[in-house]
Amino acid sequence: MCDTCGCNITHGNESLIRPDGKLAKTESGKEAVTVLHSLLQENDHVAQHNRDHFDQHQVLAINLMSSPGAGKTALLEATIQQLDDNIKVAVIEGDLETENDAERIRKLGVKAIQITTGSACHLDAHMIHQALHHLDLSAFDIVFIENVGNLVCPASFDLGQHHNVVLLSVPEGDDKPAKYPVMFRAADLVLISKSDLLPVLYDFKVDTAKKYLRDIASNSSVIEISSKDKSGMPSWLDWINQQIEKRKAYLKTFRQVGSPNLMHGHHHIYNKTSVK
Amino acid sequence: MHELSICQSLIKQVETIAQERKAQCVTLIVVGMGSLSGVDAQLLQNAYVIASAGTVAEKAELIIEHLPIRVKCNQCGSESDALPNKLVCKQCGDWQTTLLSGNELMLMSVELEKSQESAVVH
Repeated sequence: MCDTCGCNITHGNESLIRPDGKLAKTESGKEAVTVLHSLLQENDHVAQHNRDHFDQHQVLAINLMSSPGAGKTALLEATIQQLDDNIKVAVIEGDLETENDAERIRKLGVKAIQITTGSACHLDAHMIHQALHHLDLSAFDIVFIENVGNLVCPASFDLGQHHNVVLLSVPEGDDKPAKYPVMFRAADLVLISKSDLLPVLYDFKVDTAKKYLRDIASNSSVIEISSKDKSGMPSWLDWINQQIEKRKAYLKTFRQVGSPNLMHGHHHIYNKTSVK
Repeated sequence: MHELSICQSLIKQVETIAQERKAQCVTLIVVGMGSLSGVDAQLLQNAYVIASAGTVAEKAELIIEHLPIRVKCNQCGSESDALPNKLVCKQCGDWQTTLLSGNELMLMSVELEKSQESAVVH
């Protein structure tokens, strides 16, 4: 994509789009308007807005995606229990229905906002924006967004996160990256979850999963992890700590935190009365 | 079925353009899409019928143009066609490639019909 204006014109497709290209022709007698905007421009705009809010408070935002039942909430529970006490965590939970996941997180004494999407199969930037109105970002170092369990739709929507982490659980099979390339291409880190089941489900080969990731040109790191026996947790926690430090260093170098340039005119008001 | 939300966003964009240009209705919408956009063309077409109902684009034809997947090898520099789950270089086989096209999801153009009155004003 064109990073300057987000218009999606690249060296690879511009010949199709430019005047005289096959997509530029329209019938005569009517007004033809060339647009060239992403269909997701409104979502992407709000996502950038969310990212600005996270950056303003030096909060790292991580979007967790996977199939339903791959162990996102269990991973969050284990992560909260093992992360350094100095790192303050909040969680935004996305599910079609119920507050179950948010309640599991709250039991650990961690702030959790539940978004129930009704019938929507993914979270979008607007929903996160709404949730941010219920979070005092200055009190946190990291916000985990647990997306709706789905390996298709969530991949298309930028939420304003800094990193995408995709879980691939061992019972699902090692060929998921080949079946869902859009999702796995979006991953900055792939966690092979429920790794304690590897000795039993021996037809899952970690190397095969990695090969499928390379096939889709992903240079994502891969960590085998189990929320049950806690194997792989140190690598995952190291990764989180590194990202927090990297983000802070980035903001220090490229943006003056709290400067008016970082924001676009408003601060979110933490709405205490409607917090669950 | 995220195609419906995407289609609603499409209709919003088209409505804004039609309003700005004082169009009576929209007759044609062209969307460019690659397989790595994560959106299914047929589902988008189906969603379009629902999302466009009662809008200025209700009678518009939606054309979805498929944009090919092309990659450039970071090692040998050659460009090649690729498949959604096989983005390796066809020349040297290296996996470290950069996507040139194939993940687009974009409103390319719209065709508007104007009333006599607004055509004169314009």
